[in-house]
Amino acid sequence: MAERIAIVGVGQTHHKSKRPDVTTAELCAEAVERCLEDAQMTMKDIDNIVMGSFEVADGYYSPDKWIIPELGAVGKSGFELQNVGTTGGVIAAASFNIAATGLFDAVLCLAWQKMDEAAGAFGRGGGGANEYWTGQFPMSPITNFARRTYAYMDRSGCTEEHISMVRVKQDQCAMKNEYAQLRLGLTLEKVMNDVLLAWPIRRLHMCPTTAGAAACIVCPEEKAKKVTKKPVWVEDWLTCHQGGALTMAEDPTSSTLRYACDAVYKRRGITNPKKEIQAWEVYEPASPAELRWIEEVGICEDYTAWKLFEQNKVGIDKEIPFNPSGGVTATNPIGATPVVRLVEAALQVRGDAGEHQIPGKIDRALATGYGGQGENVIMLLKKTL
Amino acid sequence: MAGRVGIVAVAQTKFEEKKLDNHVAELMYDVTRDVMGQTGLEFKEGGIDSTVAASYDLLSGPAGAYMFLGYVVGAYRREDERVLEDGSTAVYYGTMQILSGHCDTVLLVAYTKESAMNKNLYEWVGMDQIYQRRVGLDFVSAAGLQAMRYTTKYGITPEQCAKVVVKARKNARNNPNAMCCDSLTVDDVLRSTMLCDPIRVQEAKPTPVDGACAMILASEERAKKITDKPVWITGLGTCYDQHELGWRELADCEALTTAAQRAYKMAGIKDPMKEFDVAEISEQYSYQELLWSEGLGFCSKGEGGKLIDSGKTDMGGQLPINPSGGMLSGLPVCVSGMQRVAECVLQLRGEGGARQVSGAKKAVAHGVDGPAGQLHCVITLEN
Repeated sequence: MAERIAIVGVGQTHHKSKRPDVTTAELCAEAVERCLEDAQMTMKDIDNIVMGSFEVADGYYSPDKWIIPELGAVGKSGFELQNVGTTGGVIAAASFNIAATGLFDAVLCLAWQKMDEAAGAFGRGGGGANEYWTGQFPMSPITNFARRTYAYMDRSGCTEEHISMVRVKQDQCAMKNEYAQLRLGLTLEKVMNDVLLAWPIRRLHMCPTTAGAAACIVCPEEKAKKVTKKPVWVEDWLTCHQGGALTMAEDPTSSTLRYACDAVYKRRGITNPKKEIQAWEVYEPASPAELRWIEEVGICEDYTAWKLFEQNKVGIDKEIPFNPSGGVTATNPIGATPVVRLVEAALQVRGDAGEHQIPGKIDRALATGYGGQGENVIMLLKKTL
Repeated sequence: MAGRVGIVAVAQTKFEEKKLDNHVAELMYDVTRDVMGQTGLEFKEGGIDSTVAASYDLLSGPAGAYMFLGYVVGAYRREDERVLEDGSTAVYYGTMQILSGHCDTVLLVAYTKESAMNKNLYEWVGMDQIYQRRVGLDFVSAAGLQAMRYTTKYGITPEQCAKVVVKARKNARNNPNAMCCDSLTVDDVLRSTMLCDPIRVQEAKPTPVDGACAMILASEERAKKITDKPVWITGLGTCYDQHELGWRELADCEALTTAAQRAYKMAGIKDPMKEFDVAEISEQYSYQELLWSEGLGFCSKGEGGKLIDSGKTDMGGQLPINPSGGMLSGLPVCVSGMQRVAECVLQLRGEGGARQVSGAKKAVAHGVDGPAGQLHCVITLEN
């Protein structure tokens, strides 16, 4: 890498299902304002902006054009990116790449989604599939995770009760996070009796629709050290995509997460991720996904993660601090969701997560973005260089 | 910043009104297999590290069609990103991926099927939803307003604008991939139907056009190993302008001036008119070649009309603009910016065929996005 880079400021909106009080541009400005305040910078200090949302789900074309003036960013360099569910992840990766060139002092990474303004089901479901093959099936995130989950249950011995235990844990975390959208005070019984969408997925197992935005500022080393006393170093990143997961994956429960993690761990010499990474913000679009993801990031053996929940080992102050923010089943502004993960992971590294701060020393955190039917973006953060 | 970035291969489809026989995945297949074949690079260790696509979902049919790269060329479990801007921006970002030291080789692809969509409809949705969309503004009417303001402020004549079209179609006759290469006279252009005053039908980019473009970028070290004729990217710049048309001086393209300055500063270009041998710029409407020429520093403000009159921008002139025929000879939006860069690469490698500018050493490519040229991207190249 040409330059070492660090996150010097983060910001996000209070995520809600509907934000009729603001336009998309105003929603973005809210997150950017908080981010600039956090970094103690102004828009004048920013010289490149990368941004985006899953725009088909919002029903827009080229929204960056009218969001830029709302941010006071006319005259800046920048562009928009979009990779379906991993949109926020590739935007973060782009901000890392651009900052690492050393050509710019400060790069703003901005992602948003305002799902109360459009019927996003087209974009999120069949619209994204190949119209000749997978598009022929009524395949949406819900049916996709139903299929993944019953394959997982079949192989692992995990039951519907375990899936719901995951949801209760996620809610317990979200209850402590003031930015989370769904803070419901759930009990196991309530989750297990919720509306069934596609067996074994119930409504509460699935991520909600959200209006929200998230942003962070990335600087090269020299600038970062001047700007803040608490830089969060970006150790590594990887975008890992696959187009035809549905028809081509050998294992219906798997994604590219294991492959992507292995590649990054190898580059960074991480041999025992459970020990060497102290905070996890991993994009789980459905509660049961968290089980498989815990295995794929290398915390435990295949098909055993559900036992960790049975033994009550997963939680903010427990052995495995997985998704202390409450995760995606509590908050899901699609395009912004990976940046929310990044923001939350950075807060954990800084020790600024407030009520949902993981106790103990955190030197390294892993955040991910997930999209489509198995695409992942890995973002590895570090407190010390 | 880690060394230079070279373009080691380029490919483009023939541009046609309706490629009904081709799915977007097939468009992508043709151009990506072509550049992979030219370089011998595959999607494996030591091959292509990353892909960056440029496309709009609304312009290709399926959402996230870039994912087809996984199916059609085996870009599986790779770094894979997509920009939602003009194709030139993908070149900008692909270069950043290499300059950051994160990747060594990047495959870029841009694809568009304008025939799958009503261009006016999505360009209307591209206006902000509160002020401009409600009065029915789209990109064509935004261009009409800009053309009116520009020609009135600087006294640019309809004949000067029409000359741009005549030149574009004449140049296109030398380009086997071009769509429209009919012989037009200034009178023919000025007699065509009014599209959006003062822009006439023949003065607008033909629509719809389908096609794709691809290229491979590599770090300096890799580029030298892959090809004997790498073309180096020497400077890059982008800049956003104001969105609300009323808040801009439409007759002066400030954002382009800034984007060009950013690129020229990086490349050490002081006098663009003298230093460049060829320019490929994105003109969706005739007046834009004149206005963008000013923004790119080929002449001073308001002198675009005189520039075309002087013949300096014709083939054989001091700085030929768009030897390929440009967008006015028929290019899809989004693909156009990457295709501009690809044309520059062909020129700098001396592979321009009948449209070759002899002895071309330095070139500038320009891409644009948004209403009345809101986001510009300038890329300078050298052989």
